[in-house]
This record gives sequence, C-alpha cells and structure tokens, in this order.
Amino acid sequence: MLWRRPGVFVGTLLALPLAWLGIVYIGSLVALLVQSFYALDDFSGVIVEEFTLATYGALLRSSNLDIILRTVGMAVAVTLASAVIAFPIAYVAARHARGRWKALFYLAVMLPLWSSYLVKVYAWKLILAKEGILTWVFARLQLTPLLEAVLSIPVIGGNSLSVSYIGTFLVFVYVWLPYMILPTQAALERVPANLLDASSDLGGRPLQTFRHVTLPLALPGIVAGSIFTFSLTLGDYIIPQIVGSSRLFIGQAVYVQQGTAGNIPLAAAFTVVPIVIMGLYLWMAKRRGAFDAL
Amino acid sequence: MRSETPLPLKLFAGAGLAFLLAPLLIIFVYAFTTEEKSFVWPPPGLTLKWFAVTWERPDVWKALGLSLQVATVSTVLALVLGTLVAAAVSRSRFFGRETISLLVILPIALPGIITGIALRSAFSILDIPFSFWTIVLGHATFCIVVVYNNAVARFRRLSGSLIEASMDLGADGFQTFRHIILPNIATSLLAGGMLAFALSFDEVIVTTFTAGQEQTLPLWMLEELIRPRQRPVTNVVALVVVVVTFLPILLAFLLTRDGDETAGAAK
Repeated sequence: MLWRRPGVFVGTLLALPLAWLGIVYIGSLVALLVQSFYALDDFSGVIVEEFTLATYGALLRSSNLDIILRTVGMAVAVTLASAVIAFPIAYVAARHARGRWKALFYLAVMLPLWSSYLVKVYAWKLILAKEGILTWVFARLQLTPLLEAVLSIPVIGGNSLSVSYIGTFLVFVYVWLPYMILPTQAALERVPANLLDASSDLGGRPLQTFRHVTLPLALPGIVAGSIFTFSLTLGDYIIPQIVGSSRLFIGQAVYVQQGTAGNIPLAAAFTVVPIVIMGLYLWMAKRRGAFDAL
Repeated sequence: MRSETPLPLKLFAGAGLAFLLAPLLIIFVYAFTTEEKSFVWPPPGLTLKWFAVTWERPDVWKALGLSLQVATVSTVLALVLGTLVAAAVSRSRFFGRETISLLVILPIALPGIITGIALRSAFSILDIPFSFWTIVLGHATFCIVVVYNNAVARFRRLSGSLIEASMDLGADGFQTFRHIILPNIATSLLAGGMLAFALSFDEVIVTTFTAGQEQTLPLWMLEELIRPRQRPVTNVVALVVVVVTFLPILLAFLLTRDGDETAGAAK
C-alpha cells in the first residue's frame, strides 16, 4: 500500500527521526544560539534577555581571544601530527597486511577507539606523571637530561609532562588517532591496483607513483579524518583539565562560564566559535569529496 | 603484483601499533599494584586485594547500574530512529536527502560540548528537571549515527528485487519487513546496536551537562581523576571498563566481517 506512493512512504519513515533530531537537537542548538545574543548584567548578575552583540564583543577581549587561538592552534597541531602518524599505519594495513597481521592492525585501531575515553586519559596520566613510566624509561636510558631539557622549554614545557602542553598534545593525538586511521585506510583500500601498475608501467618511480597517484586519492580520507581530530580537539575540556597546564581551552572556558560563573550567554558565544569553524571546515571538506570516504 | 613494503614504513607502522596498544596494557598492570598513593613505576608489588575492595563499594555499583540502564534505553531508541532514517535514505531519492544525512552526522561532527550545553540550555528554558531521561535524550541523539552508518551500508547491498518479489507474491509491507528486510539487516543492526551501547556506556562530555545529580560510571571516574579518593579502586574500575567494552567490539567485528565498518563514533 505504502510502496505505491513513495513520497508518503519516505515521509512516514522519516517522521519520527526527523521530529527527534529537529526538536531535540536542532531546537537545542537554536536555543543556544539565541542565548549568545543576550548578555549578563554586570551589576546584578542576571541575564538580560535583549538582543545585543556585546557578548560576542567580549570574545575579542585579549584573555578570551587567547583561549580561542590556543585551542585552534592545538587542534591544528593535533590534526597534522595525527595525519603523519596515521598514514604509515593505514598504508601498511590497507596495502600489505595479510591474515594475522591484518587482524592485529584491526585490533590495534579498534581497541583504543572503543576503549573508554576516560580510561585512556587515565592511562596517560599514569604514563606522564612525574613518578610515572616515561620518567623511569628516560632514567633507564640515561636520557634524563633530555627530558629535563624538553620540559624547560618555555610555554610548552612545565613541571612534569602531565602538567605541560606537550602532555596535552600527546594525549590528544593518542585519543583521536584511530579516527584518522580508519578513513585514511578506507581511502587507501579503494585505490585501484591497476592505477599503480599503470603508473609504474609508464616509468613512474615508487616515490613518483606515491606523490601523483596514491596521495591525491588518499587525500579525501585524510580530510575526513581531520574533521574528527579537529572537531574533537576544539570541544574537549576534559583532557586539558586532567593533563595540562592551568591555561584554559575553549571547552573549559564554556564549562566554567556556564557553571561557576553563571554566564550562559558568554558560554554560548564561546561554543559558536567551534560551530562556525566546523561549519566552514565541513563545507570545504564536502567540496573535496571527503564524505565519500567516511 | 605487489611491491615489497619499504622497511622504514614497516617500522613506522610497527611503532604506531605499539603506541596505540601500550597505554591500554599499562592499565592492566596498575590494577594489581600494591602502591596506594602515587603512580610509581615499576609497581612495588602485586596484589589482588583491590578487586575485593572495589566489589564492596556501593557507589561503584550504583554508577555501573545507571550506566547500563542508560546505555540500554538509548541503544533501543537509537536503533529505531537510526534504522528508519537509513531505510528512507537508502531506498529512495528525494529532495533534501543530503541534508538529512548531514543532520544525522551533526551530533557526532560537532564537539560534544556543544551538544551538551545546547541540551542544557534547552532544558533550562523549558524548565525540565535533570533526570534519567535527560541523560537518555542526549545519548540517544548521538547514538543514532552509529546505527545509521551500519544500517545504511547494509541497506545499500539489499537488492530491491527481493522486496519487489515479496510484494508481487502478495505480502503486505509489514510481512515484507518481517520476512525479507529484517533478516537481511539483522546482523548490521546488532553490530550498530552494540557499538551504540559501547558509545553510550562511555560517554562523559554530554553527560556532564545533562546528568544533574545522577552519576554514571564515567562521571564517577571523572570525579576520581579530578579529586582522587582511592586510586587503587580507580585502577580496578578502569581495568573492568576496558574488559567490558572489549567484548562488544569483538562481537561487532565478528558480525560485520565483510567490511562495512563504521568510523562514526566521537566522544
């Protein structure tokens, strides 16, 4: 009965989920957006429900701008590092691993991906702590001065790795790496073998083949992975809270503003930053065909 | 015609695997350490004592119970909603199809903190008190995409002629669904459901905004990370969580061996 009227049929299928996503999710996002155009009255601490751009103006204050730039910088660094580390793993897994190795690669990506996020952060806390494993390894290898030299670098160094930007960066890379590996691997698996053969038949050396055939075809996968690494880093507030210095990232700023400070409008304005960045990012990625690699 | 893998590449990949797996193995060692106060490495001694201590902790049990309930309800909701969207998107072409697939991916593509604070401000505007259901509402929203990803991959392989044949033979829509569509998509739903369960069981960012006074296991753990009370108990809970999440992954892997693996899981 429904099959004869495809329009009605599709409509029936979609009614419930769209109502859910439309009302619960989009509705909430709109509510958030509306709040970012209100402002907090400095004297009474009450939110004034009148349209104003003052809250967005507050984002440009140097302390808040610092937070935004720091977060975006970290997201860029984490994304680049993830891409560099993920590529060899994805390449070997897609093109050369067979049988038992293939299973091992699958497991090595899936286990960290699906293991509890907090457990992963906790494990790194154990590794990076002052009395933890890395310190011990460096001492064993007689490399303690090297570790101390790294920690004494201004800005990114610190008292120990678990309270430095280097630590934050390492944990971010570890936690989001599988999201980079999977789409890259999927893209590499789709590169037709006959293209590679054609390239070498035409006299392309392995490196040339890689540069002109493999890499361009794998790029959508890398872009797809970067959507995850970038977006997740922008919004995370737990990793910098547990492993890192006392300087805030966007996520922490949002959390502090909406919680202890009670400044919901500013918190909302802060969250609009990642939304805008990710919106542009997704739009660019879509034009590059990155979604086909998901 | 396979070229030999260059050695440096193999070494790189090997180092990458070690980097991915080593931190999880460390959790196993710490669960048995006799050290109570610090993260000292190597462990001064090994003991089973902390497992017994953890077993006696009512707060751990309560948090675990809540997490399991939330994950179960969210998974059921996500299964229904995700399958409906997948069916609509893959079985027909219509205006706005792209927008809908984007809408489904959005809760995962946007950082969790945005979903969290958006829901929170909606609750406060509508005066909805925090409860079990506010947690579920958030979880189900981002679990839809995992189910959807798995189901879409399977629907695409399900040939339309089967469904047409069923219709030609006089089955109504419901019968066709029960005897043709459901058996064909069952394993992918099971896989998607298990991944959704694991995702919900582990979620912390959205939950911090929608939980109010309730405490799921990840929230319990987060509190321990920020204000440690008894480190060894945290170590044991961490180990248990790793083991518990490992099982659904293994099952999902065995179910979707033919490679419609999903990468749609963000925290």
